[in-house]
Amino acid sequence: MATVVTDDRISTERRSPRRSRPGRALARRNTLIGWTFILPNFVGFALLTLVPVIVLFYMSFTSWNVFGKAPWVGLANYTRLIDDKSFHTAFLNTLYYAVIHIPLTLVAALALALLLNRKMRGVTFFRTVAFFPYITSIVAIAFVWNMLFSPKYGPINQFLGLLGVEHGPGWTVSAQWSMPAVLIVGTWREMGYYMLLFLAGLQTVPAELHEAARVDGANPWQRFWNVTMPCLRPTTFFVTVMLTIGSFKVFDLILVMTNGGPGQSTLVLSQYIYQKGFGEFQFGYASAISVVLFLLCIVVTIFQFLWNKRRES
Amino acid sequence: MRTRVLGKTVGYVVLAVASIGLLLPFFWMVISSLKHNNDVFTVPVQWFPSPVVWHNYIEIWQRSDMTTWLRNTLLLAVVVTVLQVFTGSFAAYGFARMRFPGRDILFLAYIGTMAVPWQSYMIPQFVLMSKIHLNDTLWSIIALQAFGAFGVFLMKQYFESVPESLNEAARIDGLSEYGIWRRIMMPLSIPAIASLTLLTFVNTWNDYLGPLIYLRSAQNWTIQLGLKTFISQYNAEYALIMTGSVLSVLPIAVIFLLGQRYFVEGIASTGVKG
Repeated sequence: MATVVTDDRISTERRSPRRSRPGRALARRNTLIGWTFILPNFVGFALLTLVPVIVLFYMSFTSWNVFGKAPWVGLANYTRLIDDKSFHTAFLNTLYYAVIHIPLTLVAALALALLLNRKMRGVTFFRTVAFFPYITSIVAIAFVWNMLFSPKYGPINQFLGLLGVEHGPGWTVSAQWSMPAVLIVGTWREMGYYMLLFLAGLQTVPAELHEAARVDGANPWQRFWNVTMPCLRPTTFFVTVMLTIGSFKVFDLILVMTNGGPGQSTLVLSQYIYQKGFGEFQFGYASAISVVLFLLCIVVTIFQFLWNKRRES
Repeated sequence: MRTRVLGKTVGYVVLAVASIGLLLPFFWMVISSLKHNNDVFTVPVQWFPSPVVWHNYIEIWQRSDMTTWLRNTLLLAVVVTVLQVFTGSFAAYGFARMRFPGRDILFLAYIGTMAVPWQSYMIPQFVLMSKIHLNDTLWSIIALQAFGAFGVFLMKQYFESVPESLNEAARIDGLSEYGIWRRIMMPLSIPAIASLTLLTFVNTWNDYLGPLIYLRSAQNWTIQLGLKTFISQYNAEYALIMTGSVLSVLPIAVIFLLGQRYFVEGIASTGVKG
């Protein structure tokens, strides 16, 4: 009875070394079948994702410029990063974007989700509206927003004019206002997506808890902080992780809206990688910047996981 | 009771204002495409074009290579979606229903790459694609998009919600694992397949960075790349650019409205999109 023969997934796992012959043959067969399932996807995945990630680290220690061999230069690319002013700008701009974008989108998405998490006529319509920007192409919306932001004749500054702001900001043509403009569009585009995640999370909040809190005399504000938020913790955590990675890699929106400018006011890491790599063909140096972006994402994600774990216990 | 009504009214007002803000850019896009170029920027803004100009929608086809772009994009989106759904659900079955050594570590690698931005490994990936002579062909975009971890993850989540006893019963009836995947799991997972299909299609349609890096020759351009080039070429022809934008968004809008439910469910169940 120790080894069951009809495909027993649990026993394959638990009964270790001393297995009867049919058991072992079955395990081998399972492995084989399992791999045939995974292989078609895995070949592509390994070749186009895993291998490049590994090669990336090697490339960052070379001074390869597309042509010829890739000479090993040790840490030279990394020491160069330390003195590279543009890299500092790109790094700080990425952080600037992330520090504003994450809380702004989080709050907007949560507020929308709370508003839409009730029985009310038209809720589905509003959900659709909020989600729609997320699935439309960046190229089109970036250009539309650029027109809306147009300093002289754009509707946004015309509207500000009605409110009494005489010379509205220059938005995408002003070094000071270009990042806020990008942030507005980024938040506008993504909040509907995170709203959906929050809506899914809100379904898991037990109604009885709210009822009990209400009976105990808690006002809506207290109910929100003491019932809804604790129940939403896993969702909030997940949203934060996704938003963080999303902010660090922001690229296409900026590429189309401002192309990093004016000057370097919206230059971000991804774009700097693109410039060095595909603009100047300094693949080695661009790889070193990529490693920085890679580590930034991984380290922050791990840190968030650990922090979340500590708070859970 | 009174506060309830008040709360509801305030809620509606907030939502109405929010939806205007959310939809305004799209409204602007459509009305600008129906104007003469000189009327796009006016003080005050002309919110309803008069006269309505349809000419842009004819001119865009003559002035740009819209047909090629749309054809390429459609081709890519369809091929990528078919491959992603097939390989993704196939691999998901392996992860969800087969037990073998190394499986969990492998799955961890899949999940792990979701935390790594593509931008950080696009350079070595580009080098690799060049080595196998795929760049500047539509194949590069297919390879790029079709094997994502996302499809595997979404399908695995769904497969795991199907009762294990169904598999057991099918095995006793003599169905092979492949037979179970095809005859039992796939038919039961239609909602998940629909979600994955729609999300992959939209993602491929909207992708700009992949084509930007890989597709050099004009005959391979996708709609996003074409539109961007068109914008840089005729950057003052606002009405025409908006017409192109409407055309690039329209198919997605239609698909979205038809399959809305599946978008929402797909995202809610995995919490991740490509």
